Amino acid sequence: MITAERKPLAEIIDCIGENRRILLVGCNECVTVCAAGGRKEVATLASALQMNSMRHGKTLDIREMTLERQCDPEYVEQLAPFIDQADVIVSMACGCGVQEVVRRFRNKRIYPAVNTKFMGASEGPGVWAERCHGCGNCLLGLTGGICPIARCSKSLMNGPCGGSSKGKCEIGSDVDCVWQLIWDRLKELGIEDQYENVIMAKDWSTERGGGPRKIVREDLA
Amino acid sequence: MQTFEPVIVAFCCHYCAYTAADMAGSMRLSYPANVKIVRVPCSGKVDTIHMMKALEKGADGVLVAGCLDGDCHFKNGNTKAVRRVALVQETLKELGIEPERLSMVTMSAGMGTRFAQIATDFTEEIRKLGPNPVCAGIEAKAAAGAVAKAN
Repeated sequence: MITAERKPLAEIIDCIGENRRILLVGCNECVTVCAAGGRKEVATLASALQMNSMRHGKTLDIREMTLERQCDPEYVEQLAPFIDQADVIVSMACGCGVQEVVRRFRNKRIYPAVNTKFMGASEGPGVWAERCHGCGNCLLGLTGGICPIARCSKSLMNGPCGGSSKGKCEIGSDVDCVWQLIWDRLKELGIEDQYENVIMAKDWSTERGGGPRKIVREDLA
Repeated sequence: MQTFEPVIVAFCCHYCAYTAADMAGSMRLSYPANVKIVRVPCSGKVDTIHMMKALEKGADGVLVAGCLDGDCHFKNGNTKAVRRVALVQETLKELGIEPERLSMVTMSAGMGTRFAQIATDFTEEIRKLGPNPVCAGIEAKAAAGAVAKAN
């Protein structure tokens, strides 16, 4: 999923400025799962913004809405009846959701209330870790299902480097050396030989090297 | 001059603090009437939004009262409540509101005396802090408006 964290309240308050009518929009997908921008977080942020405003002798008119998916036009359309009643939109979705709202409602200012982080997985309650870099050319089949691009600090295709010590990366004792994890995994599967295969230089044009990416499926379009 | 009587909302777990409050009554122990009890099935049921809304709607202080460590009827609801209270305290700090207005306490169902003592102490602590700045801001604005209108 896409992970995110709420921005500091001061930054959100600063963005809203003197605007009084706020449309606060959350998303029921990834940001709900990582507890950054779902229905509960929308309600909590609305309350915090209201409290801040009341402290200064004013009240806000906040409409809370949490869409099924803020990155899909079908759901973004549900905001249409309420757009004119808002001075600004504050979105708690990931960057994709924010931009989808912008695409539909071009004359309205929108501010993000979360910082979108990475594509990750839940390692336990309240812990999310980066797992995929979206490089566009998956090589998990060569590395025992563990991604060196997302999880190696240097995205090394053939590791480990000299910074690997006792299974940890030199950048921090709490960061696993992914090439150690890959080796352990290959050994576990009895396919250590695979480690000898040199992975060739990667074509980064499928990642950001080729500019903004797009998928077009003719059968669905 | 009007004396300030704080409004305290106490979210009390059915299995401990609520029964402890009942016990305090049975023991004829008095505690301030400022404390308004909301019975909840577990302190872990108290979400951040409940604490925020209580303060937004005018409570001067909020108590979340759960079971003693390791005694939660639902295994770990009280430890979850502790973490949520800490999160809301951080939010209050970000808003410039005293985090002491929110507190997590634990007790067993038999601790009627402890409940009465906590209710008394917390009420006094909030009395010292003064009115909730959220409502004070709105009231000050309304008063200023009334004065301006009168002039």
